[in-house]
Parts: sequence; C-alpha cells; structure tokens
Amino acid sequence: MSKGEPVQAADLAWMLVATAMVLLMTPALGFFYGGMVRAKNALNTIMMSVVALGVVGLTWAVIGYSLAFSGDGAFLGDTRFALLSGVDLAAKGSIPHVVFFAYQASFAIITGALVSGAVVERMRFRPYVAFLVLFTVVVYAPVAHWVWGGGWLAKLGALDFAGGTVVHIDAAAAALVAALVLRPRKDYAHQAILPHNVPFTLLGAGLLWFGWFGFNAGSALGANPIAGLAFVNTLLAPIATLCVWLLLDSWRSGRVTAVGAATAIVVGLVAITPAAGYVSPRAALLIGALATPPSYFALLYRARTRLDDSLDVLAAHGLGGATGALLTGVFAERVYTGSTGGLFEGNLRQLGVQALGIAAAALYSGVATFVLLRLIALVSPLRASDRDERFGLDVSQHGEEAYTRGDGALLVLRADVTKEKSP
Amino acid sequence: MKLVVAVLRPERLTDVLAALYRAQVRGFTISRVEGHGGELAEVQTYRGTTVKMELSEKVRLEIGVSDHFVDATVRAIIEGARTGDVGDGKIFVLPVEKVYRIRTGEEDQAAVTPVDEGTS
Repeated sequence: MSKGEPVQAADLAWMLVATAMVLLMTPALGFFYGGMVRAKNALNTIMMSVVALGVVGLTWAVIGYSLAFSGDGAFLGDTRFALLSGVDLAAKGSIPHVVFFAYQASFAIITGALVSGAVVERMRFRPYVAFLVLFTVVVYAPVAHWVWGGGWLAKLGALDFAGGTVVHIDAAAAALVAALVLRPRKDYAHQAILPHNVPFTLLGAGLLWFGWFGFNAGSALGANPIAGLAFVNTLLAPIATLCVWLLLDSWRSGRVTAVGAATAIVVGLVAITPAAGYVSPRAALLIGALATPPSYFALLYRARTRLDDSLDVLAAHGLGGATGALLTGVFAERVYTGSTGGLFEGNLRQLGVQALGIAAAALYSGVATFVLLRLIALVSPLRASDRDERFGLDVSQHGEEAYTRGDGALLVLRADVTKEKSP
Repeated sequence: MKLVVAVLRPERLTDVLAALYRAQVRGFTISRVEGHGGELAEVQTYRGTTVKMELSEKVRLEIGVSDHFVDATVRAIIEGARTGDVGDGKIFVLPVEKVYRIRTGEEDQAAVTPVDEGTS
C-alpha cells in the first residue's frame, strides 16, 4: 500500500460498488434478524441494525478509522486520521484514501449490528446504542488494527482475507457475553417464541449474499484476479453449505426448512470470509460443506440450554467464523496469498497462527464486552422492564408498531403529548 | 351449563391455555379482538402524526362448561391471565339455554363433556 502509486480507474470503480454492497448488508441483516423475532419486536430488531449505520458510521469517522488504520503500534493505531484529517484523494493502494475509509466504515457498521442478534426482544435501545459506540472504539478498531492495520496478528502472518476474525469472531464473542449479561427473555424456555415473518428472514439472507460479494471480493481492494477468486468462492461456499444443511434437515426431521436455508446461506458466507481470496474454488466448496455440521448441531443444542443467544450469533458467526478461519489455515495456497500456504502445503504453523488469532479476538472481545456492558449498566439499566418486554419493544422503545391498522388511534394535535389516563 | 367468556391480554394466552389444560378444561374457542379497558393509551408517532392508541389487542376466549366446572375454569383463567396491571381483562359467566354437539347430536351436559378420544 505504498503511497504515490496512482489511482487505478478500474479498482476505484469496483471499490465504489463494493462499498455500497457492503453497506446494504446492514439493513439486510435487520430483515434477516427482524423476521425471526415476534411481531411486537420487529421494528426494534430491525432498528438495532439500522441505528448502527448512523452511530457506528459516525464513531468510525470521528476516531475508529484512525485507531484501526494508522500508525505502527502492535495493538492500536494513533489519532492522526481522527475526524478524517488526512483522509484525502491521494492513493492508498490503488484507490483514493477516502474510498478506503468508506469501505472500512461499512465493515465496522455491520460488525456492531451483528451483536444485536443476542440481545433482541429485551435490551433497551439507548444502552444498546451506547454499547455500539463503545464496542466500535474499544473492540472493533483495535482488532481490525491487529489484523489489517499492521498490528501483531498481521506480523505473525494470520490469514484473514475479509474479516472472519475481525468481524465474525469479534461479534460472536461479544454476542455470547451480551446474552449472558442480559440474561434470557422472560418467555424463553417457557413458551414458544416463533419467527413472525420467515419471508423477511429469507429476503435478508438473499440480500446478505448479494452484499457479501462486495464484502469478500472487495477485500482484494481492487479489480484484480484475486477479487475474482474471492467472488467465485463467495458463490461456491454457501452453495455447499446450503446443500449440506438441507440434507441434514431432511435426515433429521424428514423436511427441509426455510429458516434453515436462510441460516445455511449466512453460515456458508461467514465460513468463506477469512478464506475467500486465499483458497481455490474447490477448497471453497469443501469449506462451505465442512462448516455446516458445527453450526447446525450447535443451533439445536443451544436451544435446549439456558443461553438465550436469541438469534444464534454464536452458532452462526462464532462457529462458522472459527471453522472458516481454521480451514483457511488448512487450504490456503501460496499462489493466492503471495506469502504463506496452509497445512496442505506443509505449513502446520499456519493452523496454529489461525487458532491464536481466533482465541485472541474472542477473548479480547468477550472480556471487553463484559466490562463495557457493566459500565453502561451503572448509568442506565440494560433491560427493558417486564411490562415493556411483555408489550413488546416496538411500542415501548420507539412509539411505533410494525403492523398497525390505526383502529382506535386518536389524533393528538398538541405537541406536548405525554402518556395520560384515557377518558 | 354456562358460557365463560374471557377477554385477555394476548401475551398471557399461552399461560391461560396451560392453566386450563391443568384444570382439565379441554374445549374452547379464541378470537383476536381489540378493546379498551381503562389502561394507559400508548402514544405513537409516525413522522408528523402523533396518535394515542385507544384500542389494545386482546384475545377473547369462549368456553362452554358444565355448572360444576365453572369455578375451576374461572380460577384457571385468572391464574394465567393476571399481571396486576390495569388491562388484564374480564371474565363473564353467562347462562346457556341449549348446547348441541354437531357430530353426534348430543345435547346439553353430554355435549360439553369432553370425549377422551385419542388423547395424547
């Protein structure tokens, strides 16, 4: 990424498109998650993703980007790019620095939003927003620096093409801890909590897949053959996961499920993320297939425990991400990475480095999330009241309903409305 | 025979059904309704439009029972439906003139006594 290299038009064109595609993944995630909750929490769940577009994006521009992508520190960057100072049109790699910033912003945004799946239907909105901001600064930016900003994992040679560790392991560890800190929903393991709109979930999975081409192929940071490889692998891995998942479904219950299909697509995408530009297309198929059983059986097992990781962020992103990151250390080929190969090229050390990367990111994210949530809880309770949880968070947190017909709605013309006793 | 009509919070329905099941009450009909029971009206805002929602979603439960089952039925509904807040609902017990079971033509008491055909 030497400065002074000229901006390449083709690279710039692709990265502009890729940035927009990755940004679309966050509302897509909102629909993926939103379909899986009850109707009374649908808006709140989607808003947990949408609000990340605002507050994480802003946090990234103010300080997050600089902490992740500046300086030579092993653990953290510095503040030279804070408030976008110095983020200009000069080339970073072969694209303008400002475009590189925007592309990375879209990654930071979705990482925060991913965590929400563990705390839906019970976490109050304001402490959630506070968590997003702090998580981006304290967890995401440092880990992005370790892997992509020239930090210690990069120096060790950890292979993470598009963010398996930085995005998915991080988010999953935070989700696990958040689910434990928040404790289960009142109705959890007490009554059936069913998805209110499975088509939303499938729509979200479809849009996530589309956006993920930008996520993985864009991580080549240019319109080059490696981008093409990452693109094809992003096609192939979820294909394999989908097929294996549906076979497992069919073997276990005799039926193929729609929620299962949507989940499979996401698991396959997560698994190929760290490997996308480093492995052959045949290996991508294998990675997609091999990543299926851990997530599939973890989902089934989790539902029988007291761990209310409501939308299975740990099973999908944690296990999918860890499997993908480890298999990257198995299938990576020197011809693609330009540096080291994986286990199949006789490099056992790579597998160890990959495992270290997973453990470090998970441990750091988990501990930091615990501390952050406890700190936020000192200022403002994390959980909605029992009453608000019962009525649903759409009305209590946002004063809106996802599906309202307006019957019995009295128009209030005064501006100073407060809750009043009705006549 | 009596007809027990209860208006409940939808989010308590699962608990009410479980309580009824434990009380051996097996036949009932529910409908989704909207009503107003003196609870606080929620204020909602959509862009510039602010409204007070005067109607809340409720579930209406109707159960035809023999006289000696009325108490158990009512107690089960109260046990499952109560939260202690305004808006928990009401139970009405109404006299019933005549009951027919469509399948067999049985009348009255026989028609509201559940048949344990293929239970679980």
